[in-house]
Amino acid sequence: MSPEIVLDVRGLTVEFPTRNGILTAVDNVSFSIAKGEILGVVGESGAGKSLTGAAIIGLLEPPGRVAKGEIRLKGERIDGLAGEALRRLRGRRVGMVFQDPLTSLNPLYTVGDQLIETISTHRPDLSASAARERALSLLIDVGIPAAKDRLFAYPHQFSGGMRQRVVIALALAAEPELVIADEPTTALDVSVQAQIIALLKRLCAERGTSVMLITHDMGVIAETCDRVAVLYAGRIVEIGPVADVIHRPCHPYTIGLMGAIPALDGEEDRLTQIPGSMPRLSAIPQGCAFHPRCARTSQTCIDERPLLTAAGSGSAACWHIDPALTGAGS
Amino acid sequence: MIAFLLRRIGQGLLVMVAVGMMAFALFRFVGDPVNQLVGPDASEEDRERIRVEIGLKDPVALQFSRYIWRAAHLDFGFSYQFKQPVTKLIAERLPATMELAFVAVSIALVLGVLLGVYTGLHRDSFLSNVFLTVSLIGISLPTFLIGILLIFLFAVQLKVMPSFGRGQVVDLGFWTTGFLTASGRSALVLPAITLGLFQMTLTMRLVRSEMLEIMRLDFIKFARARGLKNRAIHFGHAFKNTLIPVITVTGLQFGTTIAFAIITETVFQWPGMGNLFLRAVQTVDIPIMACYLMMIGFLFVLINFIVDILYFVVDPRLRHVTKVAL
Repeated sequence: MSPEIVLDVRGLTVEFPTRNGILTAVDNVSFSIAKGEILGVVGESGAGKSLTGAAIIGLLEPPGRVAKGEIRLKGERIDGLAGEALRRLRGRRVGMVFQDPLTSLNPLYTVGDQLIETISTHRPDLSASAARERALSLLIDVGIPAAKDRLFAYPHQFSGGMRQRVVIALALAAEPELVIADEPTTALDVSVQAQIIALLKRLCAERGTSVMLITHDMGVIAETCDRVAVLYAGRIVEIGPVADVIHRPCHPYTIGLMGAIPALDGEEDRLTQIPGSMPRLSAIPQGCAFHPRCARTSQTCIDERPLLTAAGSGSAACWHIDPALTGAGS
Repeated sequence: MIAFLLRRIGQGLLVMVAVGMMAFALFRFVGDPVNQLVGPDASEEDRERIRVEIGLKDPVALQFSRYIWRAAHLDFGFSYQFKQPVTKLIAERLPATMELAFVAVSIALVLGVLLGVYTGLHRDSFLSNVFLTVSLIGISLPTFLIGILLIFLFAVQLKVMPSFGRGQVVDLGFWTTGFLTASGRSALVLPAITLGLFQMTLTMRLVRSEMLEIMRLDFIKFARARGLKNRAIHFGHAFKNTLIPVITVTGLQFGTTIAFAIITETVFQWPGMGNLFLRAVQTVDIPIMACYLMMIGFLFVLINFIVDILYFVVDPRLRHVTKVAL
């Protein structure tokens, strides 16, 4: 009954050695994504969302490195891959969509050339005309009007939303099993965001592609994802089915996060805030990283780090998960 | 784009008229041309007669337009010193300088780009640091010193290279070339290295810093994420984006290389235009100096024009300025 696991991350830890010691940007993160599933990853800037994505596709910028943990794609270890093996993984098995479509495309090549280049790199068996055919059908698929002519257009001749469609076409060009979308709509107009998300969702559903959707937009998560992982200071504080995490958050941080989202039908006219701010990587507190900002802090929270434990239909990393807390959300 | 190019041609013509004005001014302000034409014991009547004969008594504007008119027809008058048409003198020496500059710039470009890409990609490797340190020498040592050092090492000590001249040349009628004989080729090596070293180091450092800059950009990261091959990323995506500044600097440097081949030509006794120019300066041979000035001016105008066209070839964003909207 349980669906096939595509991506399995266990105890992933990403470190940056600096002159003042080692900074741990992603700390013991574990999650998995099933075939065709969309996992949302939310958190504030610096929570380690993007680095988790970069670690999976092997694009951590040195000196950043995977210090501990395992990343498996369909059971196969993909952390620690290098050189040619890593190159074959990228694009072919794991695709990636970046935040800013304006800078993701090479300005000097036509859209068609970039698509064909990607296709023929991963499918050397395809003839030039077959690769061109595929490029065209991808452009049509992502909803570029007059795709046939647009193959010969340069990125600067496209609008932001259209460029992001091209980027998605490029990420899907070699039919990867997993797409990591790193804030794919943050740089776009609000009116375009929904279209892009819907497009990504449709294309991946058609292909059975799994998606790791990194964002800080809870609205996008709610609309799109099957499950969601909430990151705080490099750790997963809560992970579970999206409806449960939004409506019945267990972790105090998630509860605070949900309280900070404006609701049109809400009775109160002030949003709740979480006091303080996320700690810097060089000063992550002992025990639970959230304890200095948490209303429920006890001595255990200061002394000992909570691990992810079952809570509701998902899991949360908190010492104070109790029935009273569960369901206290909006 | 056509309008742009026409505008550029118009600007180039303006520059040439300005340069022509300076060249013309040389005749009027540097020495008395009549002194150069007659002996020291010529009578004042003779001098006066020559002045009228060669048109020095005419209104300045007329003289200037006459000069420009003739220059446009490649007539730069007679050299005082050689008693030959300046155009002929220059044409005889042009091939020597052009071949030298061409080889120097080719070496500089090929090596400069390769080393620049290498040091840009492997910024912390031992080899990169060696190249960068050596390139510092290339940038800071004056040309004549490099030339003399090369002569001392390869011509005097090792005796493997000639120390001066062009070697055997083949006359093709309109052009004399040293490429076709062994001695001509070996004579080119040392002067070309001397002349090209500075430009090579400059190109290398420029390409390196541009590569470092571009390798950080998002589209390179995205190209990696798409699983493209390293070679395609480095040369297709990264290097191609460094071309605009590289073309600009290389173009200007090519002009400078020809214009300032003077020093290298002197050190190696290279029978080129630089040598001719230097002799003209020593003997106040104004027609040659003026012609040289005009020629170098024209060269820069021409190079800038070619560089402008290359921009369009390289960067599609410039080609489509009119159709950006969508």
